[in-house]
Amino acid sequence: MTERAEKPNGPAAAAFVAAGIGSAALGVFTMLAETFEGVGSLMELYAPVGPLSGKTTFAMVVWLVAWGVLHAAWRNKEVSWKMVWTLTLVLVGVGFVLTFPPVFLVFAPEE
Amino acid sequence: MKMTAIELWTALHGMVFGAVFLLAFAGGLAGLYGLRREWLTTAGIKDDVRRLTAGTWIMAIVAWLTVIVGTWIVYVPYRAEPPEGADLTKYPKFKLTSDPSTAGWHEFGMEWKEHIAWISPMLATAVAFVVLYYGLEIAERPYLRRALIVLFTLSFVAAGIAGLFGAFITKAAPLT
Repeated sequence: MTERAEKPNGPAAAAFVAAGIGSAALGVFTMLAETFEGVGSLMELYAPVGPLSGKTTFAMVVWLVAWGVLHAAWRNKEVSWKMVWTLTLVLVGVGFVLTFPPVFLVFAPEE
Repeated sequence: MKMTAIELWTALHGMVFGAVFLLAFAGGLAGLYGLRREWLTTAGIKDDVRRLTAGTWIMAIVAWLTVIVGTWIVYVPYRAEPPEGADLTKYPKFKLTSDPSTAGWHEFGMEWKEHIAWISPMLATAVAFVVLYYGLEIAERPYLRRALIVLFTLSFVAAGIAGLFGAFITKAAPLT
């Protein structure tokens, strides 16, 4: 092991935070589609799949755009890992929580 | 011994991709755990990193294939609406929800599975990218290696929840 660490941590930070943003976006879209009928209809990109088609497609778009923007901004930078890691865990946590049915169904209008 | 097209897609989605995903996760996790400066020898390290890169990318690609096939192919006949008086065994969602004792498999199990599964490929792709980009340098940065292990495991947990409910739902109301 003679190689020394030389690359900045920015690209890793961008990949991690973007994955968190994508996860959180999926959770937010899931909750919004349950809460507002209009959003649910908007998410229906392909009728046989229903709103899931839009929730997942839009979350992937948010993830890729976030990754591109953050990578461009941080690719040559050393960023605070504590901040990046905390933010990543919080965002991934939001994604896990908001895709849990007992949570997102709380926002659904009563039938 | 015959299988319909949708049975083949379901097997591919749940069993073939699932098995490869499990193998890739086990290999990737062992690789990440062992990528420590003090444990590595010069002779073996390049092969270790090559295997780790391949393993993490295989896991990410398989995770993508699983959610895409699951959502855009397998989910379509699962949620199809039955015509009046139809045999509900061909319409799993409606078969499950027609009986209060099985409705939970759809209302909780499928609702959770179909959403949480999509978190897995995003996390797996982030891990695969970082392993490819930093390679040997990960061994020099314990904080990065630890973070990769956590995200890799969370990716597996998300896929594991989806896979487990997929197996239970298929048992309760198989797609034929």
